[in-house]
Amino acid sequence: MLEALEGSQAVARAVAMCRPEVVAAYPITPQTHIVENISKLVADGKLICELVSVESEFSAASVVLGSSAAGARSYTASSSQGILLMTEVLFNIAGLRLPVVLTCANRAVSAPINIWNDHQDSMAVRDAGWIQIHCADNQEAVDTSIQAFRIAEATELPVMVCMDGFVLTHTLETIEMPDQKLVDKYLPPLNFSRKLDPRAPLSLGTLVGPDHFTEARHSHHAALMKSTAEILAADADWAALTGRSCGGLLTVEGPEDAHTAVITMGSTVCTIREAMSVYPNKRKTKLIKLRTFRPFPAAEIRAACVGCKDVVVLERAISPGAGGILGVEVKAALMGMKRQPVVHEFAVGLGGRDIPLETWPRLMEAVARDEEPSFSILDVELEKLPVEER
Amino acid sequence: MNKIEPAAPEAPPQELSPRDRQPRWRGLEAGHRACQGCGEALAARLVLEAAGPDIVVTNATGCLEVFTTPWPQSAWRVPWLHSLFENSAAIASGVEAAMKAKGQRTKVIAMGGDGGTFDIGFQALSGMLERMHNVLYVCYDNEAYMNTGIQRSGSTPHAAMTTTSPPGKERMGKRHMKKDLLSIIAAHHIPYAASTSVSFPADLRRKVRRALDIEGPTFLLVHSPCPLGWGHDASRSIEIGRLAVECGLFPVVELERGELGGVMPIREPRPVADYLKLQNRFRHLFADDHRAREEREHLQALADHNIDKYHLRGDGADPLDTAGIDTVRRGGPLR
Ligand SMILES: Cc1ncc(C[n+]2csc(CCOP(=O)(O)OP(=O)(O)O)c2C)c(N)n1
Ligand code: SF4
Ligand SMILES: [Mg+2]
Repeated sequence: MLEALEGSQAVARAVAMCRPEVVAAYPITPQTHIVENISKLVADGKLICELVSVESEFSAASVVLGSSAAGARSYTASSSQGILLMTEVLFNIAGLRLPVVLTCANRAVSAPINIWNDHQDSMAVRDAGWIQIHCADNQEAVDTSIQAFRIAEATELPVMVCMDGFVLTHTLETIEMPDQKLVDKYLPPLNFSRKLDPRAPLSLGTLVGPDHFTEARHSHHAALMKSTAEILAADADWAALTGRSCGGLLTVEGPEDAHTAVITMGSTVCTIREAMSVYPNKRKTKLIKLRTFRPFPAAEIRAACVGCKDVVVLERAISPGAGGILGVEVKAALMGMKRQPVVHEFAVGLGGRDIPLETWPRLMEAVARDEEPSFSILDVELEKLPVEER
Repeated sequence: MNKIEPAAPEAPPQELSPRDRQPRWRGLEAGHRACQGCGEALAARLVLEAAGPDIVVTNATGCLEVFTTPWPQSAWRVPWLHSLFENSAAIASGVEAAMKAKGQRTKVIAMGGDGGTFDIGFQALSGMLERMHNVLYVCYDNEAYMNTGIQRSGSTPHAAMTTTSPPGKERMGKRHMKKDLLSIIAAHHIPYAASTSVSFPADLRRKVRRALDIEGPTFLLVHSPCPLGWGHDASRSIEIGRLAVECGLFPVVELERGELGGVMPIREPRPVADYLKLQNRFRHLFADDHRAREEREHLQALADHNIDKYHLRGDGADPLDTAGIDTVRRGGPLR
């Protein structure tokens, strides 16, 4: 049934349908509505689970680490400073190969403090060893949240579901909420292979020296690379049940023989899609909607860019002193192509800066003008800065 | 090592060590990598013996974690989880929540060193106590960060030498006091918090069992001599642990919902100097100068204060009041 729901409320309900046994979280804007909604579902008896309202995000992540190791389906959510406070635990959860699901309501990272959307937080933990999946709209956030449990539990890798703070979390959309019976059919109860059990005691988190550490890292990397199969299968099976796919690793929209491709993630996908229809381009252009940032689908990106002269990367985070983050990874993926496209990297929408539709024609002008690969932060209004900082 | 040799025809019957002859269940096996005379290793074994097999242990980073689990080996016969230095209490909260969700009654024991408990893991511990998780937290107090090479912690006693509180022309070892963690824990008004020492195994075992019988958060502070960090002979760990209690520097007490319940009485308090002089970490306090004398007097005054505060002096009225027998109930509400 279609319902008008706020993104956070819809995600909370989707998570509840997955029957998590332990939820731990700490409030932070713009994630708060998700845990508030879950708390209400628990209070109303609509979700039966242990809800642990902790004293910090550090403990939120630690609680789900412990509960997951004890074999309980476990969920948490956070944003920005909260994700950064969790960082040490996030690496640990992944290294222990625990099937935790976390929603990151993406937000800028302080200083300056800013509660609005960009992707700096999930980018900061890009190397933590989690699967990271970005949602373009709230329907995808609902569907991906459910798929995330299935992926995490099948691969024994934690999954971070990234949804743009405010743009998605606080926006009402018409959403098709799945039926509980359907979710139960899709997602069987968790049976974790390495759970802490006095009848079959295991030691988890032991000291690993130089003679085995390399192998542990290899096995973690290999597991992430292999997880693409499960990510695709989880999406395909969901599509078979509901008729809705979230787009696997990535999807390509537009003419196959386009000479220009634009790659982006999250809600910016929808903004650009809209802009492309409002400002039809003389050049043939395709839109590459990147869903899975980790594992990074380099081969698929490369295949999608065959025949392109220009590739535009739009991203909502930067690596100060270097440039883009997604941009650098796209460039690396395209290295060695027979006819290597010129990559134009733009950082947009930082700290909630609006991305108006007319950004699109201006971008296309820049692409037509620039022959060389470039990186810039779009729409910097230099007159707002003291002269020496421009 | 793996070569299979035919058994020698007249091999003498293998002598069992006294320990192996005891029909005890061992949660922490022999063969781990602790130093000789490690108080923490012995204390952990005693905790597990008293707790029995139906438990899950979480362990903070520190000596105990490192010396028991060099991959691919582990000395633990119970399910054991190590995550980080500062989150033993929080992961234990999670394990406990999972047990609750699954309707299991398995008890959770969180473990950490003094660094992981007094300092970096304190917030997670306070949160766990406030949320009333059904977890026993055991802190092995060897009064410094031993695993990283003997640095001062919030638990290091005043004037003790560590690698980050060395004595010198301007300093007499650690400048600050040992944090009174037990009082802070008690201020959470949890059902049961107690101190004990590896040198009093009967007391330690009894407190573990008592804590595990209680539904809700409980806390044990276990004084655990460390030959390497304290600078004493490995054969004297137990003796030194007893002296710490008998001089009053490490009071052995029980606190029930924040109120003093029982204490281990001291019939004849030993001078603090008897305790200090066996340890290298206090050697600079025996120099022939007024600063050393002052610090010794200071530590003696701290011990005397503990004896007064907790009414530790045995007065002979109590039938159990023999030196170091056990903790006996003194004042506080009788339940
Ligand atoms: C966040 C973090 N900071 C520092 C360390 C380094 N470290 C590991 S164990 C340890 C000290 C442990 O001291 P304590 O808790 O007293 O245990 P002990 O080794 O003395 O038994 C330190 C500083 C770490 N692992 N993690
Ligand atoms: S350094 Fe101390 S605590 Fe660590 S293993 Fe050695 S004796 Fe035990
Ligand atoms: Mg210590």
